[in-house]
Amino acid sequence: MDAAQLVENFLQALTAGLLTGAIYGLMCVGLSVIFGVMRVINFAQGDFMMLGMYVAYYAFGLFGAHAVFGTAMDPYIAALLAGPVIFVAGIIVHKLLVSRVTGIRGSALESEGHYAQLILTLGVALILQNGGLYVFGSTPVSIATPLSSSAWALGPIYGDATVFVNQGQTVSAVIAVAAVLGFVLFMGRSRLGKSLRAAADNAEAAIYMGIDVDRAHRLAFGFGVGMTAIGGGLLASGGPFQPYVGLEYVIVMYAGVVLGGLGSMSGAFFGGLTIGLVQQLSTLFLPNQLQNTAIFVVFLVIVLLRPQGLFGTAARRT
Amino acid sequence: MLGTNLRRQALLIAAFGFVYAVATAFVENSYYQLIMTLVPVWAVMGLAWNVLSGYSGFVSFGHAAFFGLGAYSLALTQIHWGLSPWVGIPLAGVVGALAGLVVGYPTFRLRGHYFALAMLAYPLALLYVFEWLGYQELTLPMEREAPLAYMQFEDHRIYAWLALALMIGAMVLTGLLEHSRFGMSLLAIKQDEAAAEAAGIRTLAWKLKAITLSGAMAGTIGGFYAVVLLVVTPPAVFGMLVSAQALIVAMFGGVGTLWGPVIGAVILVPLSEMLHAKLGDVIPGIQGVVYGIAIVAVILLAPEGVFWKVKDLLLRRRARKHVAPPQFAGPPSAAVAQLSLRKKSGDGAVVFEVREVSKSFGGLQAVRDVSMKVVSGEILGIIGPNGAGKTTFFNLLNGFIRPDHGQILLSGRNIVGARPYEICAAGVGRTFQVVRPFRRMTVLENVVVGAYVHAASDREARANAEDALAQVGLESDAQLLAGSLSNKQLRLLELARALAGKPKVLLLDETLAGLGGNEVEEVIALVRKLAARGGTIVIIEHTMQAMVRLVDRFVVLNDGAVLAEGQPTGITRNPAVIDAYLGKRWRVANA
Repeated sequence: MDAAQLVENFLQALTAGLLTGAIYGLMCVGLSVIFGVMRVINFAQGDFMMLGMYVAYYAFGLFGAHAVFGTAMDPYIAALLAGPVIFVAGIIVHKLLVSRVTGIRGSALESEGHYAQLILTLGVALILQNGGLYVFGSTPVSIATPLSSSAWALGPIYGDATVFVNQGQTVSAVIAVAAVLGFVLFMGRSRLGKSLRAAADNAEAAIYMGIDVDRAHRLAFGFGVGMTAIGGGLLASGGPFQPYVGLEYVIVMYAGVVLGGLGSMSGAFFGGLTIGLVQQLSTLFLPNQLQNTAIFVVFLVIVLLRPQGLFGTAARRT
Repeated sequence: MLGTNLRRQALLIAAFGFVYAVATAFVENSYYQLIMTLVPVWAVMGLAWNVLSGYSGFVSFGHAAFFGLGAYSLALTQIHWGLSPWVGIPLAGVVGALAGLVVGYPTFRLRGHYFALAMLAYPLALLYVFEWLGYQELTLPMEREAPLAYMQFEDHRIYAWLALALMIGAMVLTGLLEHSRFGMSLLAIKQDEAAAEAAGIRTLAWKLKAITLSGAMAGTIGGFYAVVLLVVTPPAVFGMLVSAQALIVAMFGGVGTLWGPVIGAVILVPLSEMLHAKLGDVIPGIQGVVYGIAIVAVILLAPEGVFWKVKDLLLRRRARKHVAPPQFAGPPSAAVAQLSLRKKSGDGAVVFEVREVSKSFGGLQAVRDVSMKVVSGEILGIIGPNGAGKTTFFNLLNGFIRPDHGQILLSGRNIVGARPYEICAAGVGRTFQVVRPFRRMTVLENVVVGAYVHAASDREARANAEDALAQVGLESDAQLLAGSLSNKQLRLLELARALAGKPKVLLLDETLAGLGGNEVEEVIALVRKLAARGGTIVIIEHTMQAMVRLVDRFVVLNDGAVLAEGQPTGITRNPAVIDAYLGKRWRVANA
């Protein structure tokens, strides 16, 4: 392999890493909102993402028939639609199940309450992925878009190295970044966002300040799964998926969130971006099948060496 | 009592095994025979999970790692070396144990959510590695020459009996563990790891033993599973559902008991298998849905599991029949008054010495250059206003935090840098400002945990614990759950737990806090009695009142430094002390 080839491979992986990383970043922000506000690890996050993919898939079918927005943008509209739909689904799941073991009621369960939440969401994950098998079938589906099969060629940059930038992925990444920016602005500026953050800081104090913490948690859960679902919807046009797809992304998301420091939203975005890069760059020297193993290893190394994340600060208690 | 309990457990296990074995004999349909085999298989997986997560509270989402490694080691050794499963299954157990040790050592640095998530990553990483290695599907070769040597039976009931035997082995192991120092230490870790460590429990060592044993059990049953199913694929043995099933049968049935995983497996495995057989082609994911619904229902309705729910109901019904009248402590004993002037019992040797110890957190200097000596048999009072650094000072003394510099000498030996359990073993016992009992254990069990550090046998630990309970006057409450005690009883319980470890120095952190007037007098009398018997005591308080009548000598801390030191009478008149407590204006006004 000559130098130009090496450079080309590297740049190609870098580009792919940044583009998928942006979407991972969006998904991580969703997970991070839930942890940040509720202190709950949502095991089912990957499965809500899977639901988002299927919502986008079916919505795309609808738009495909009507072609209201023009075919090129259809898959992205469909992905964005997954957000509010899964937001509502999240609100319902929280109201019916999660709220019973979290928040104010959860803290009465002492240390067991802490695991109760994690294990409850594991149950939700099992129901969603296996129920999904029944509802959606086990045959992988995908959203075909004209953009995802066309690319811009950049270069030659170095010697005859040319980098191809997939147009579909680029649009997805731009939408993901826009969604993250919009959400961060919303959390920082709006009254609702501020009350969510107050509930996150100190649930008890927030109650005394007249904030409905149960509602704040419910909204955070809804926003969290909704954001991740948009990420899922954007990924859906990238390749085929089936109901078990969520599991692959659970670790991707946790790796990103932990990397960014649990609970930090901007940290989560950059954490997700980093994971995307790790995944794509690992293909340069690892076989494709081990992409995910590389992520797991990175994840383990991070939690073992720096559990507060690369950008977080330590908060340890005896 | 412990003995009869064990015997009853053993009888129950034997009876259950017998019924199960006989029932299996009448099953002719090979599909039902498979179910009869899978029930004990998943029960063992649940028991394996329970040994680690049920007792120690470190929830694992990754037991598939041990299961899968066991299954693959069996399949690979049989395929490549022709090794018989009779050897291969124990070998799978060894592989699982090693994996447990290797995984446990780094991962136990993590707590709570982080531990659970890290555990999740192991099997998923292994899954891809085994696919990449080209082991997408391993099939055990049929050994027609010597079927028995390779565990290949015509009669599939034999698999069920073998599985049953493994399950009974796992149950007996768990039963032995439950009543031993091992199990009690894990339970203590689960309820309050820091308190357990301060009580002399070697937490990391016990946790490593637990995950090694747990890995061995999971690896063994993984190897057996490969023999039964003959085909091994990465998703089937490393997949999420394997880890989830281990956790779910245990949590459904009840954690922290050997019956829990068995109950869970007996109910859930046949249910999901039958539904899968009946509806599998219509509803493909039915098994996962059953497990998902089961765990959601358990968390919402009976978070402790079926076993405990039923047991609680039975106990409550029994308790309603004879309600014991609440016991009120009598008036403070006459001994109180008489003890007001006591002689020091010790020989005056320095037992405990602190030399220029400092600790800062970021910019905050919590403890600065504190030096003091504690003489054998004395009661030293450390007082100071809130935020003076008193509790931080204790945390330095018992090893919860490490001083930035300075020395802490116990009988002349520097203990800086030792782990809390080592310091406890060396002879420093402590209580906590906010009481930290093991709430779901009885009073006696709490104290037994504290006694292990200085007891060669479990029997000696129990004797020491009973002795300690008698010293503090809690012997009549020995069988109560710690969670049901009053504040005073909890203070005494912590005192007994510390005493049971036979400390040279006892550190009491605000033991009088939150007690009523009479109770304060009782506890003061008790502490003096302990000192009179030769105990050396350091006690923290922020109120001076009661302390004046208790201690021989005061050290006053303010802003992390020693402000004054001396006899109670001198200290109460010391202007600097009064300033620190009440402000200058008060002194001027009252001068």
